Amino acid sequence: MYSRKPFYIIVAALFLIGFALMLQRHFVYEVPWLPGEKRQIWSIEAKVEFEAKGKPVKASLAIPGSQPGFTLMNESAASPGYGLAFVEAKGGSRAEWSIRNASGPQELYYKVDMMHDPFAKAPLSTEIPRIAQTEVPEPYATAMDQVLTQAKERSADGLTLARELLKELKNSSQNAELLAQYQSPAPLLIEMLHRAAVPARLLQGLQLEDGRRRQPLVNLVQVYEGKEYEIFNPDTGEQGNQEQLLMWEYHSSPVLDLVGGSNSRVTFTMIEQEQPVNVALAKKFDQPHWINVSLYNLPLEEQALFKGILLVPIGVLVVVFLRIIIGIKTSGTFMPVLIAMAFIQTSLITGLVGFLIIVGTGLILRSYLSHLNLLLVARISAVIIMVIGIIGFFSIIAYQLGLTEGMKITFFPMIILAWTIERMSILWEEEGPKEVVKQGGGSLMVAVVAFLAMNSEVVRHITFNFLGLQLIVMAVVLLLGNYTGYRLTELKRFKPLVDEYNTDSKADNKIEDKKHD
Amino acid sequence: MIKRWLAQYASPFALGDMGIMGMNQRNISYISRYNPRRLYPLVDDKLETKRIALDAGVTVPDLIGVIEFQHQVSSLLDKIKDWPGFCIKPAKGSGGKGIVVIVSQDGQSFLKPSGKAESINDLERHVSNILAGLFSLGGKPDVALIEALINFDDVFDGFSYEGVPDTRVIVFKGFPVMAMMRLSTEASDGKANLHQGAVGVGLDINSGRAIRAVQHNLPIRYHPDTGRDLLELKVPNWELILSLSSSCYEMSGLGYIGTDMVLDKFKGPMLLELNARPGLAIQTANGAGLVPRLRKVEKLGRYATFSPEERVRFSRREFAAEVQLSMKTEPPMPE
Repeated sequence: MYSRKPFYIIVAALFLIGFALMLQRHFVYEVPWLPGEKRQIWSIEAKVEFEAKGKPVKASLAIPGSQPGFTLMNESAASPGYGLAFVEAKGGSRAEWSIRNASGPQELYYKVDMMHDPFAKAPLSTEIPRIAQTEVPEPYATAMDQVLTQAKERSADGLTLARELLKELKNSSQNAELLAQYQSPAPLLIEMLHRAAVPARLLQGLQLEDGRRRQPLVNLVQVYEGKEYEIFNPDTGEQGNQEQLLMWEYHSSPVLDLVGGSNSRVTFTMIEQEQPVNVALAKKFDQPHWINVSLYNLPLEEQALFKGILLVPIGVLVVVFLRIIIGIKTSGTFMPVLIAMAFIQTSLITGLVGFLIIVGTGLILRSYLSHLNLLLVARISAVIIMVIGIIGFFSIIAYQLGLTEGMKITFFPMIILAWTIERMSILWEEEGPKEVVKQGGGSLMVAVVAFLAMNSEVVRHITFNFLGLQLIVMAVVLLLGNYTGYRLTELKRFKPLVDEYNTDSKADNKIEDKKHD
Repeated sequence: MIKRWLAQYASPFALGDMGIMGMNQRNISYISRYNPRRLYPLVDDKLETKRIALDAGVTVPDLIGVIEFQHQVSSLLDKIKDWPGFCIKPAKGSGGKGIVVIVSQDGQSFLKPSGKAESINDLERHVSNILAGLFSLGGKPDVALIEALINFDDVFDGFSYEGVPDTRVIVFKGFPVMAMMRLSTEASDGKANLHQGAVGVGLDINSGRAIRAVQHNLPIRYHPDTGRDLLELKVPNWELILSLSSSCYEMSGLGYIGTDMVLDKFKGPMLLELNARPGLAIQTANGAGLVPRLRKVEKLGRYATFSPEERVRFSRREFAAEVQLSMKTEPPMPE
C-alpha cells in the first residue's frame, strides 16, 4: 500500500500555487475577478508573409495611429535578423523592415494594442484629396452616367450622393450589374464620386471580432463635404464610423510596399482583452513597460487558440464531476467535452438540433450497413464518409432554406460523430433502443452542462486571465479521483435496500419491545 | 416537491451504516489496490483464463475451436458441423457482450435459445465482428472461441428462463465473501445481466440456499416467467463451488474477483469466466453490504496464510446469512 501523504502534499501544493498566482494577478496587475468595469483593448497583429529572392529586402507596412474611437497604447514588431524603423511619411506612419540578404519564405510581425476610447483625439486627415479624372471605357461610362443622374436627383450634397449611389448600386439593376463587372465596389464608388466632382478617397480598415485569425482588410471610402467627411463601407452600404471598425491605412498609400520579394500577403489576427479602467487609462497617458508572466506574451494567433484550449479543463472537470459524484452514464469518456466544444462554435440550439439530426440519420443508414457483413474498420470508415455526406446534405438544405445557422453543423468533429453512431448502433442491437436513449441522452446532457460552464462569460474571463486556475482545476480533479464515497445515482439505486433494512430493524425493535412486556 | 424528490434518494449515511459498497469505493479501495494491472490479461482473455484454470485442475467448458484470423472465418461451418449446440464468444469480451448461443442446428439454420434462426452468414459476420474487436475492451483485435454447450443441471429447472443460470461468487483475497445466482428472464432476453432484468438470488455463503431474490433492484419471491418459488433454490455441490472459487485466487493472483460458475449435469461445477471488476448488484441480491465482510478479511492481516480449505471454512462461519425476517425462511442449517 502506497502512502497517501505525497499525494495530498502535491494536491495542496497545486492548490496553493494556483491560488497564489491568481491573487498575484488580481492584486499586482489589478486584473478583476469578474468581467465588469473595464476598457476594451484590441490587440491586433499583422503578419506579413512573402517569398524573398536572395537579394536585399525592404518591406514597408502601413500602421495605424490613434483615431476617432481608438487610442494607440502600444506597438511592437518581431522580425529576427531584420532592421526595423518606424517612419513618418506623408502624415502617416509606417513600419519599415530591411535586411541585406534573405531568401525563402519570410514572416514579419507587427503588433499594436488599441484601446476602445470614445474620447480619442486625432481625427482623420481633412486635407481634401485631388479629384482624379480617369477615362472610363464604354459601355461602363454610360452606365455610370445613368446611375449618377438617378442618384443626383435624390441627393443634396456629396455625402448624400454617396449614400444614394450605394443604394443604387445595391439594387441589382442592369446598370449596377454591369458596373459590378467593371470594378470592385470601393474603387467604383470613388471613381463615380470623382466623376461627379465629389472628393473621396480609399481607406483600408479592419473589422474587429474577438479571436479572429487570418483576416483581410476591408476597403472603405472616405467622402468629403467641405472640411467634413463621412466613411462608407461599400460592401455593406453602412455609413459612419462603426465601433468595431479600425482604420488601418488612411493616408492613401499602399498597405505593403515590398522590394526584393514576391507573393506577399498581409493577414491580421485580433483578440479582445479587457483591462480595468485605471490600468488602461494609466497606460494611455504614460506607457510603462508591461512585463507580465501571462499568455499575453505569445503571438496573437496562439493567444486566440489558447483562449479556446484553456476552456477544455473546465469541460473536463464537469465530466469528472458528473461521472464520479453524480454517476451519469456517458458513451465514451470525453466525447461530451468534444461535443461541447462543437456547441461553442455552433451555438447551443443549432448544435443540439444538428447533432440529433446527424446521429439520427446516421443510425438509420448504419442499420443498413450492418446487413452488409463488413469488417469493422471498413464499416467505421464507411460511417465517417456517410457522416460527411449527411453534413454536406444538411448544410445545402439549410442554405437553400435560408437558414445560415444550419451551415454550422460542419463544426462537429466528424470522427467523433462516426464513433458515436457506431457505438450507439451496437448498443441498439445488443441492449435495445432504451439503452441508446439513456446513454446518448446522458452524453448530451453532460455535453450541455459542460457547454454552459465553458461558455459562461465569467469562466472565459477567469480561465484566460488567471492561469493559476488551471492548477486549481488539476488539484480538484486529483481529489475527485480519490473520492470513494457514493455516487448520487447509487443513493437512488440502493434506496429500496435501505428501506427494507429500516423496516426490518423496526420490526426487530417491536419484537424486542414485546419481549420486554 | 423537493421532499418528494429527496424521498427517492437514500441517505449516504444509511448506506454507510449498511456497509453498501459504491462504485468509487470499489474502484479505488479494492480493484486498484488488490488487482495488479499486469494480471488483467489473465482474466480479460477467456482463452488465458481457460489455460490457467486447466493448469489448476478447475473444470471449464470444452473448447471446440478458436478462430484467430479473418481468413479462418470461412472454416467456421467445418468446425461446428458435428456439434448440435455450441456457443461463440469473444475471448476479450466483457459483461456477456457478443456471446451467441446456438442450441440446435441442421447445417443450414442455427437456432438460438429464443427460437430465432440464424444463418451461417449471420454467424460468420458475428465472428468477423469479434475479430475486429467490436466486443473487446477498448476495441482491441480479438479472437473468437467456440465452446461446447453446457448441459445444465435439472436442479435449476423452472428457476431460469431460456438461459444458463450461473453462480457468481465474490472472492476477496481468496475468501468467498458473497454469492448470488443469476437467473435469466424473458425481460433479460436469456442473458444473466441484472441491469437488463435478470433475477438475482442472494445465496447464503454457508449453505448455498437462497435468502432473497431481486429483480430491477426490488425484492421478489417468485420467478416472473415460470412462477417458481425462488426461496426453494439451493445450489448443489455448494462446498465444491466455494472451494473452486476460492482457488481462483491462487490461480489468477487477483485479490478481488468475481467468479462465474455453472453446474453441468455430467461434469459438475465449471468455471465460465473470471471478472476483475465485478459489479455491485450482488449487494442488492443479498440485501447486505460488502464492506463489513471485506473489512473482516482485511483485518486478518497481510501475512496470515490460509489454505483454500481454511478460507472456505472461515467464510462459511463468518458470513453465514442471518435470518431474513421479511422473507421468513428457515435459519440456515450448518452442514
